[in-house]
Amino acid sequence: MADHAVPHAAHDPNIGTTGLDHRKMGMWIFLGSDCMFFGSLIGTYLAYKGKSLSGPGPHDVFNIPLTSYSAALLLASSLTMVLALAALQHNRVKAAAGWLTATALMGLHFVLNQVYEFWSFAVHEGLKLSTSLFGSSFYVLTGFHGAHVTGGVIWLLLIVSLALRGKIDARDYTKVEVAGLYWHFVDIVWIAIFTVIYLIP
Amino acid sequence: MATQAAFMPGAQAKEQGVLWSWLTTVDHKRIGILYGSTAFIFFLIGGIEALIMRLQLARPDNTLVSAQTFNELFTMHGTTMVFLAIMPMSAAFFNFMIPLMIGARDVAFPRLNALSYWIFLSGGLFLNASWLFGMAPDGGWFGYANLTSAQFSPAHSIDFWMLGLQILGVSSMLAGFNFIVTILNMRAPGMTLMRMPVFIWMSLVTQFLLVLAFPAITVALILLMFDRFFGTLFYLPSAGGDPLLWQHLFWIFGHPEVYILILPAMGIVSEVLPTFARKPLFGAPVVIYSGIMIGFFGFGVWSHHMFSVGMGPVADSAFSIATMLIAVPTGVKILNWISTLWGGSIRFSTALYFSLGFIAMFTMGGLSGVMHASPPVDLQQTDTYFVVAHFHYVLFGGSIFGLFSGAYYWWPKITGRLLDEGLGKLHFWLMMIGFNVTFFPQHFLGLIGMPRRIYTYAPDLGWNFWNMVSTIGAFVIALSFVVFIYNVIKTTRTGQVAGPDPWDGRTLEWSIPSPPPVYNFARVPTVHERDDFWLGKYGDGHGGKPRGAPAPVTAAELAAIHMPPPSYWPILLAIALSIMVTGIMISAYQIIVGGLLTLFLMYKFAMEYHRPPEGHGH
Repeated sequence: MADHAVPHAAHDPNIGTTGLDHRKMGMWIFLGSDCMFFGSLIGTYLAYKGKSLSGPGPHDVFNIPLTSYSAALLLASSLTMVLALAALQHNRVKAAAGWLTATALMGLHFVLNQVYEFWSFAVHEGLKLSTSLFGSSFYVLTGFHGAHVTGGVIWLLLIVSLALRGKIDARDYTKVEVAGLYWHFVDIVWIAIFTVIYLIP
Repeated sequence: MATQAAFMPGAQAKEQGVLWSWLTTVDHKRIGILYGSTAFIFFLIGGIEALIMRLQLARPDNTLVSAQTFNELFTMHGTTMVFLAIMPMSAAFFNFMIPLMIGARDVAFPRLNALSYWIFLSGGLFLNASWLFGMAPDGGWFGYANLTSAQFSPAHSIDFWMLGLQILGVSSMLAGFNFIVTILNMRAPGMTLMRMPVFIWMSLVTQFLLVLAFPAITVALILLMFDRFFGTLFYLPSAGGDPLLWQHLFWIFGHPEVYILILPAMGIVSEVLPTFARKPLFGAPVVIYSGIMIGFFGFGVWSHHMFSVGMGPVADSAFSIATMLIAVPTGVKILNWISTLWGGSIRFSTALYFSLGFIAMFTMGGLSGVMHASPPVDLQQTDTYFVVAHFHYVLFGGSIFGLFSGAYYWWPKITGRLLDEGLGKLHFWLMMIGFNVTFFPQHFLGLIGMPRRIYTYAPDLGWNFWNMVSTIGAFVIALSFVVFIYNVIKTTRTGQVAGPDPWDGRTLEWSIPSPPPVYNFARVPTVHERDDFWLGKYGDGHGGKPRGAPAPVTAAELAAIHMPPPSYWPILLAIALSIMVTGIMISAYQIIVGGLLTLFLMYKFAMEYHRPPEGHGH
């Protein structure tokens, strides 16, 4: 890919001693840190699993088909994210903007599904933040994941808006790559949450 | 042109006004000075809180302060010293020294560095603003659940603490990301990992601890925030919640935090001793490996803070063994430091005095630490003044002695003038004597049963004498810092000009003028070995010849240097973030407005250098 208008490493002030881009390395370290964040939240959920004194339990409320659909959306959005980066590295800015928009829309759909899920749990199943330990730990864990997805959607849409105004081209591929790292991480965390919380009885 | 003006602090100041140039600075050296001076002010505030407590405890049945005020004093003293004094004093050295010691012109993300400082400042001010509202936090520095629940602490005091720590956590983590990338990715050519100065290594381990440990307390605080504001049940025993969840999450952060506080001091001592013994650090790679091992083990010992909650024999044994194990790499380091001095041609400077003080005091604190690594012993000592004595020996006798060793060592590099050695030694002896008079008797007090956190005691318990001694010692410590401040004021005006290399140093920071120019290195150095600057001056003693003075820097080389211009987005972003977070105590609208403002400013921040010209800064 070296001949596709990618800046030469030796002249790029963002490339450091290790040959990695500062921003990319910073993102990896942030993701390591975020693992501990989600690890603590998942640990809390597991510590309180089955300890609720009242209220509906996980499998009284879960709508596995809907959440599976959400999970599939998020996984598919990782593919479009990869396609967006590939398109940008080949300087196909319009295609990149298209794939980024698709990624953001799937993320948005995921978040809206989650909003619907929370609403139906609260209204129809009587599970609120303050109902039980399950309600508390479920909403806080999945809610923070949803907040991560929302942040990612905003980030992607801002990049799309730059692309539409002609402010992004192949030289800026690292910005999309770093956003992509974040996006894939949020996906992977969802695989862990979906498995541990929704699928394991 | 802005980039040109950034070269010359004088010209820049004239152009923009001194205050504006500091508010918008992205220069790691200025940010280091901001960190250091802010932290020192918070250190004095925390010290005054300690003095009031010692006055209250000087005599039995004393009525200087109420029980409530006493609770606030010890909570704020602990929180201030950990988060607003020792950590940012270390951050001051990280900021100023890391780029200089690895041969870089700045950190990897200069504006992010400024952002870390401004968020730290707003967190510190916010936490201390609680005094003005008469609602200082009163739940202890580790704020155990469920004392902090809305039921038992309905006032905003806990909110100040909880939100203040979250703000400070953001600052620390941003700084952590920045310094890890800086150390790994900004090293001068030839500066391989094992050629890095030991201070840089200890800083690197510290940053990894920061970014991996802070998420745990962030989650603990978020759960507390949801309990207090949104009706969740995490720490509510009546709903099946377990207050021990807080303790686990807090100490998973809290024990690595102990090493976050001590490793920078260990790094400083590892620089000071070789310089003043005029010998390489004995077994430098082993000191580095030991530091890494301490970092790893630091995550596996947290429950030794919780022996008294009854975790059962298996957990107790495991954490007890892990805790004793962590003493091994620590002991290795102490041995290496002593061996560094062995046979050296020692110059007894103030910096060396403080490093020697560090070794002696930290060893004592470490020994009492090994004592309560054993659960049966810990059950006797926990929550007594013995523990207070222990952690002051490691945090004051360790961290503070180490940090002041660094202050005397690097002061000439930072300011261009030497501190007065006579006053420095007076400072050392007053601090050393005052410290031991204050804290050694607390071992006795703890062993004869005096609990922590009591605001007064009956006269017939046998605690009167040692409490009075301890209070007298505290004022000797205070006097020592008066001497330090006098030293600073005096030498700022009339201090001896240091020159680039006043200590005959070994590492790269001594190869450039004091104070360093904005760009640090006119020509980025090439490194061939550990202690490269020293070997360049004297040869390696095995036939390697000293390298002569480098060719003078040409005007063309200077003109090719590009430094990032100042930026006002970091301070604005820090303000917006504070508006958002404090909104939780005031109104939901403030959260929304602050949140949108934060988002907007993050966008502006990101877009400021969206497209830097080829070859320019970040």
